[in-house]
Amino acid sequence: MSTPRPSVSVGRIVSNRLFVPLLALGAILLFDLIFVPGFFKLEVKDGHLYGSLVDILRNSTPTVALAIGMTLVIATGGVDLSVGAVMAIAASVACILIDPRIVGLNLSGNISAVVGDPTFSYVPIPVVIVVSLLVAVVCGLWNGALVSYGRIQPMVATLILMIAGRGIAQLITNSIKIIIFNDAFAFIGNGFLVLPFSLYVVVALLAGSWLLTRRTAIGLFIESVGISFRASLFSGIHEKKVKLFAYAFCSFCAGVAGLIAVSSIRTSDANQIGLYTELDAILAVVIGGTVLGAGGRFSLLGSVIGALVIQATQTSMYAIGVPASAITAVKAVMVIVVILLYSQQVRDLGDRVGRRLGRKEAAA
Amino acid sequence: MTGQATDIVVMDSIDKSFPGVHALKKVDFTLARGEIHALVGENGAGKSTLIRVLTGVERPDAGSITLDGVPVTIHSPLHAQSLGISTVYQEVNLCPNLTVAENILIGRQPMKRGHVDWKKMNGQAREILLGLDVEIDVTQPLGSFSIAIQQMAAIARALVISSAKVLVLDEPTSSLTAHETEQLFRAMRKLKGEGIAITFITHFLDQVYEVSDRVTVLRNGALVGTYETASLPRLTLITLMLGRSLTELDEINRHKIESSQQISTDALLEADGVGLAGSIAPFDLVLHAGEVVGLAGLLGSGRTELAHLIFGLDQPTDGSLTMDGKPVRKFSPIASIERGVALCPEDRKGDGIVADLTVRENIILAMQARRGWFRHLGIREQHEIAERYIELLNIATPSDEQPVGNLSGGNQQKVILARWLATEPRLLILDEPTRGIDVGTKADIQKLVLSLAEEGMSCVFISSELEEVLRTSHRVVVLRDRAKVTEFTGEVDEGAIMRAIGGSDA
Repeated sequence: MSTPRPSVSVGRIVSNRLFVPLLALGAILLFDLIFVPGFFKLEVKDGHLYGSLVDILRNSTPTVALAIGMTLVIATGGVDLSVGAVMAIAASVACILIDPRIVGLNLSGNISAVVGDPTFSYVPIPVVIVVSLLVAVVCGLWNGALVSYGRIQPMVATLILMIAGRGIAQLITNSIKIIIFNDAFAFIGNGFLVLPFSLYVVVALLAGSWLLTRRTAIGLFIESVGISFRASLFSGIHEKKVKLFAYAFCSFCAGVAGLIAVSSIRTSDANQIGLYTELDAILAVVIGGTVLGAGGRFSLLGSVIGALVIQATQTSMYAIGVPASAITAVKAVMVIVVILLYSQQVRDLGDRVGRRLGRKEAAA
Repeated sequence: MTGQATDIVVMDSIDKSFPGVHALKKVDFTLARGEIHALVGENGAGKSTLIRVLTGVERPDAGSITLDGVPVTIHSPLHAQSLGISTVYQEVNLCPNLTVAENILIGRQPMKRGHVDWKKMNGQAREILLGLDVEIDVTQPLGSFSIAIQQMAAIARALVISSAKVLVLDEPTSSLTAHETEQLFRAMRKLKGEGIAITFITHFLDQVYEVSDRVTVLRNGALVGTYETASLPRLTLITLMLGRSLTELDEINRHKIESSQQISTDALLEADGVGLAGSIAPFDLVLHAGEVVGLAGLLGSGRTELAHLIFGLDQPTDGSLTMDGKPVRKFSPIASIERGVALCPEDRKGDGIVADLTVRENIILAMQARRGWFRHLGIREQHEIAERYIELLNIATPSDEQPVGNLSGGNQQKVILARWLATEPRLLILDEPTRGIDVGTKADIQKLVLSLAEEGMSCVFISSELEEVLRTSHRVVVLRDRAKVTEFTGEVDEGAIMRAIGGSDA
C-alpha cells in the first residue's frame, strides 16, 4: 500500500487501514510474549508444525472464512446473522450425504461392516462438498432476496434463517448426531501438509475473494452500493443484484466454515456447530476496519486479521487460566476498545498527536 | 458607510468563512425604515449567509451590526427576534395540522383562568391577518390553505412574536403563483407603510422591479453595490449579478443561435402521452440530436418527474416512449444508459456523488456499470479516463484519488458530469446542474452544454433560474402543477414564460 519514502511519518501509519487490526494483533502477541511462557515455541513432529501459534491459525479458520464473506455483506451496509446456522446446515448436508442411513436408506451389504470404515462415503467426497456449498448458497440467496427485493432490514431478514436454520439442520439429520469415519473428509479439518490443511483452504478462499472483488467491478459496486445505494442506482448499478451476490457469497463462506468445523469434530452436531460464530465474524470485520451499519470501503485482509485477533485473544485467555465462561467478558472489553479506536473523536485525537510528533520529527 | 437617520439596520464589513468557502467578503448592507429592500445575486453569492448573520443563525467572523444606532451582537435567532428582527424562511416551518390561529399565536395564547381563551385567540389571529388583507377562517387547519396563505400566516406569526421592526423574507415567492405573489406584495407594501423595514431574497427580477425600493447585489460573497431600483436598468442589473459583460452573455447567445442550425430534424426521443399516475400528467415531447431543450417551472412543477420518466427510473403508466423510432420497453437506469441516455440528478449529494469513493471511481462508475461486473476497466485505463475528464472539465482536485466528498459542490457536479460524459450519451438530461455553484463554473457548464449539443448530443436542461434556461435552450418547455403546459421555440418572451410558469391568465 505505502510507497517507500525517506522518512515514514506517524500520520501515514496511523491513517493506514490496517493500522488498528495490526496494532490489536501486536498487542495480544506482546501480551503472550510476556505472560505465557513458551507461547512462541514451534516444533516439528512427523513433518507437522506444532505450537500455540499454529493452534491459533488452525482454530481461527472457520471464523476467518466467515469474516471474509461477512465483510462483503457489511460493506453493502447490511449484516448477516444467519452464518452460524448456515454452517450447521452445510455440516448436516455433508454428513447425511456421507452416511444417509439414519433417513432409512437401505444400504446394501452389512451395516456393521461400514461402521468405522475410513473409506466409506455414500456419495463421493467432492460431490459432498459441492452439494453442501450449493445448499449454503441457496440459503444466502434467500437472505439476499429478502433484503434486496423484499426491502427487509438485513438484521431482521437474516434473523429468520438464524433461528430457523438450526431447526432445518436438525431436520436434515433427523436430530441424530452422525459420526463421520471417512478420513478423506476429516482431512479438511484435521489434516496436515506441514501446516494444517484448513489453513490452505481459507488462504485459497481469501485469494479467490480478493480476485473476485478487486479484479472485477464487484468490489467497486459493493462499496458504491454501501455508501449510497441511490447514487449507485442512478449510475446504472443493479443494486439489488449486488446485494443478492453479497449475501449469497457470505453464505458460501459460511458453508466452507461449516465443512471445516464438521470435518474437524467428525460429528454433525446441529446444535453446536457455528453457535454464536456470527458474532465473532461481525466483530472480526469491525476490527478489520469495515464500518458496521454504514458500509462502504472494505478490507478483506483487515477482516482476516480481525479474526486472528479474536482467536489469539481467546487462546491467550485460556493459556493464562481464564475460564471459558468468562471469555465473553474479555470479548466485550475488546468490542469497547475497537469501537473507541475507530470513533471519530479518538481518531482526531490521534491525528493531532500524530501531527505534533511529525513536527518534532521534522524539527529534529 | 454612512449611517443615515432612517437606517434601522447597518451591517458593516461583514466577513464570514466556512471551511473551503469565503462566503462573505466585507459586505456592507443597510436597511432603512419603511423600505422594501431586495437582495439579489446568483446561487452561492452569499445572500442567504448575509441573512443568516442578520438573523443570528451564523456569527460573523468580522464586522459589526448596528440596530437603531446601537451596536449589537446577535447571538441566536431567538435573540434576533427579541431585538425586533423577524424572519420567514423559504419553506414554511409551521405545523400544518394546527389551526391558523394556533400557528400564529402558539406560545403566546391569551389565557383565561388557566385555560386558553379560544375566542379571544381566534379573534386576535383574525385581526392580525386582516391587517395583511387576508380574510380566512382561522379555526381551520393551516394545511388546508394554499402555500401563499401559509406564508401569510408565517409572516403574521413573525409580526406577533416580536414587535417587529425588521422583517426578513428568504425567497418568499419561490413556490407561489403569480396571484399569490401579488397578495404577498400587497401585504408587504402595507407593512412598509407602517414603517417596517423589509428585506427579501428573490431570484425573480420582475419582482425586484415590482415591489422593491432599493436592491443590493451580491456576487461570489462580495458586495457589488446597492442601487435605487427605479433608476437601475434591468440589463445592468443582470450584468451586475452575473459579473460578466453582456458581450460574453451575447457570446453564449450567439453560440446558441449558431448551434441551432445543426439541430437534426429526426426525432431522437419521442414521448407520446407518457405519464405516471400520481406523479406527472401525460405529456408529448420530442427531442432532437443537437438540441438543448429547457424545462422551466417552479419547484414541484413536475420537471424532475419528467426527467425521471425519460431516464427510465420510473415505469410510465400511460403512453409510449420511442427512441430512434423503436419503442422503449425496458425502464431502468441501466437500460437507459445502454440506449445512450444519461441523467445528472437534481439531488447531487443524495443521488449523484458516492462521497467516500475517489474522483476516479466516481467518474468511471456509470461506464463500468454499463460494461457489467466482469469486463473490468483496468486501473491504468481508469486513471486515463479520470485524468482526461479532470482536464476537460477543469475539475479542481489534488489528484484523482481524492474522495469526491472532499471537493466543493461545483467540482462534485463536474465529476458527475464527467461520469455521464464517459458513457458517451446521445441524450443528456441535466437536472439543476448549476444549483449552488459559483458563477464562473455555471457559465462553464452552460457553454459545455451548448458545445455538446453542437457535437450532436441532445440535452435536456432543467433549472429554477429562468434566465439560465433561456440562455442555454433552443426550446423551452414549461411545466406547472405536474403537467406540461406549453412549449416556446425561437425568440422567447420572458414575460410570456413567466406567466405560463405562474399560471396567471394574462
